[in-house]
Amino acid sequence: MSRSRTAMLQRIREAIAGTPEPAPVPRDYRHTGDHPPGSPAVVELLVDRLVDYRADVRVLAPDELPAAVADALRPSGSVVLADDAPAELVDAASASTTQLIVDRRSAPLSAADLDHIDAVLTTAAVAIAVTGTIVLNAGPGQGRRAITLVPDRHLVVLRADQIVETVPEAIARLEESDTRPLTMISGPSATSDIELSRVEGVHGPRTLIVLIVR
Amino acid sequence: MTTFLGIPRRSRPSGHGMGHNGLPDSPLRGHTSFPDAARSAVGNTQLRRNLGNATATIRAKRAAVVGELDDWEALRDAGSAVKQQVMARLPELLEQLEAQVTARGGVVHWAADADEANRIVAGLVENSLQPGDAREAVKVKSMATQEIGLNEYLEERGIEAFETDLAELIVQLGGDTPSHILVPAIHRNRSEIREIFLREMPDAPADLSDEPRRLAMAAREHLRRKFLSAKVAISGANFAIAETGTLAVVESEGNGRMCLTLPETLITVMGIEKLLPTFADLEVFLQLLPRSSTGERMNPYTSLWTGVTPGDGPQNFHLVLLDNGRTNALADEVGRAALHCIRCSACLNVCPVYERAGGHAYGSVYPGPIGAVLTPQLTGIDGHDDPNASLPYASSLCGACFDACPVKIDIPSLLVELRGRVVDADRDRTIPGGWDAAMRAASWVMSSGKRFTAAEKAMKAGRVLAGKKHKISSLPPPLSAWTTSRDLPEPPRQTFHQRWRAEHGSSDDAPAPGGEPR
Ligand code: SF4
Repeated sequence: MSRSRTAMLQRIREAIAGTPEPAPVPRDYRHTGDHPPGSPAVVELLVDRLVDYRADVRVLAPDELPAAVADALRPSGSVVLADDAPAELVDAASASTTQLIVDRRSAPLSAADLDHIDAVLTTAAVAIAVTGTIVLNAGPGQGRRAITLVPDRHLVVLRADQIVETVPEAIARLEESDTRPLTMISGPSATSDIELSRVEGVHGPRTLIVLIVR
Repeated sequence: MTTFLGIPRRSRPSGHGMGHNGLPDSPLRGHTSFPDAARSAVGNTQLRRNLGNATATIRAKRAAVVGELDDWEALRDAGSAVKQQVMARLPELLEQLEAQVTARGGVVHWAADADEANRIVAGLVENSLQPGDAREAVKVKSMATQEIGLNEYLEERGIEAFETDLAELIVQLGGDTPSHILVPAIHRNRSEIREIFLREMPDAPADLSDEPRRLAMAAREHLRRKFLSAKVAISGANFAIAETGTLAVVESEGNGRMCLTLPETLITVMGIEKLLPTFADLEVFLQLLPRSSTGERMNPYTSLWTGVTPGDGPQNFHLVLLDNGRTNALADEVGRAALHCIRCSACLNVCPVYERAGGHAYGSVYPGPIGAVLTPQLTGIDGHDDPNASLPYASSLCGACFDACPVKIDIPSLLVELRGRVVDADRDRTIPGGWDAAMRAASWVMSSGKRFTAAEKAMKAGRVLAGKKHKISSLPPPLSAWTTSRDLPEPPRQTFHQRWRAEHGSSDDAPAPGGEPR
């Protein structure tokens, strides 16, 4: 191993020598919310937060999903799905007039290919109501990170039972993701770098549409 | 017009400025002392107006979203305690991180100083490029790479590093240096940005207006081709989870996701203090950081990755662990406290001195209250003529930074401690003023545990003296050198030393702090 590794570890050990065992971490903050995952109050809170970030949000009954997907995809000429997308998403997208492209892990699309695709349709792992956050963990229907990044329109389908109220509840669920990559999305990409005035849509998808199935 | 910043000054034996102080060039050290640099910044009306607007806006946003959480103080307590754990267990946590990253297909490098880190990164970039590839890399905003001057180092070797944050792009195209940890172009307004884009971006539309949306879209177009073709990306990290080997980058624009996802090779440079022990600790820090920094409930994008994921994202991942003065800081109680910093910049936005002087006056990539502590800790102070010697005085000690800090760093107490050391180190002074006498007295007291404990007891009397106003407005000489130009805040109930002792055991048998001359 490198000389610097040995030297740095040695210097750190000397620097902290004699430091008594620090106190245990007090974790008196809220772990769970006031409302159970998927409850109407939690769904309502998530909708409120996402609208605040200027995402498009709709809450639907299961049988309304195909029409809502078709509606959301209407402006897009093409849409990409992961190769493990659930049948309901594939069916909904197939029923729309938009060209459906599947990103196969065995023959993944290049970034340049993705740049010519207008939209992406995915599921998600969990959503956090209090912060308006949708988390992808490369699970079924979510695909490689590139497919939710390059196309300009991201359509996410969430089940109500995937929505928790607090950040700690979400982190607890995500611990199961092992070491898969995680992407947390709170609204469309944005910048406040010019005189702090918020501009939605810089490099990530400029439009975020969230369909919540009750 | 002169602005009195409360910094004791004495005439210098010779001229000063660029290169005259004989100190090494570093992104951590300015050429001009804080009062001199601040005077010119304060005289710049445009800069002052931009800064005033920006800091006031973020302050209000932060206050609103922090007020939404009834458990904010409990989160701060947890954040502070986690960071104490990290410092106390740093060797084992670093080894754990290294083992996890390596097990997941990443390569870990250790860099003792800026030079070594730059050499490692340049070598990795060279190795990743095939003949015929453009000699370039895309970059996502990173304090660590600014601290080591990586862009300049790469440029000297014919490798162009493209900053991809909008603000960093503005700074880079404008041939400027960042003025704020979080909003580096806070000193530029929209019309200045439009001019920079038109001048420096060959593909900027000729009819570009100064509307922020149009400016952001011009930047999107400009960078998109770079993202889609880049072979190598360089990033920093906001957090590294020892338990799992997971790294986290918190951002807004999506340029971070682009850099972390599309290129074949990813090189991440990270200060060794950025660790968190467990994945679950994210539940604390992902609440503290966005609310404190941008004043948002959550930032638009957070990316977490662990080593290499086959078929998804960069297939070569290198993590460079950077010391560059951090182990020095760690040995010192002030430095160790400063290493808890998660770079949220809340302390900058609430600081009345920063609001007026701006980030450039601090002469370091780490400006503001925490910069005034961290910069001299990382570099050391090389005598009174070192511009860094003036940094601990760049504060009115109003305490706003402590209240705002999500990990509860008691910056005012740290600054007072450092002031004592600066005066004590200044041995060749000619005419001792009242200030020097007061500070030398403080330093004499602080250099001995027993004397300091006695003085701490005396500070209780100060609380009585302060009375209902919680301010001390007049003190006898030599302390009147302080109170003639401002009120002294009431001494705290518990001093930094008392807290350190309560949390870390007796300081009397601890090794002498690094900055102490004796
Ligand atoms: S010192 Fe505290 S408030 Fe200042 S940047 Fe660091 S974490 Fe934020």
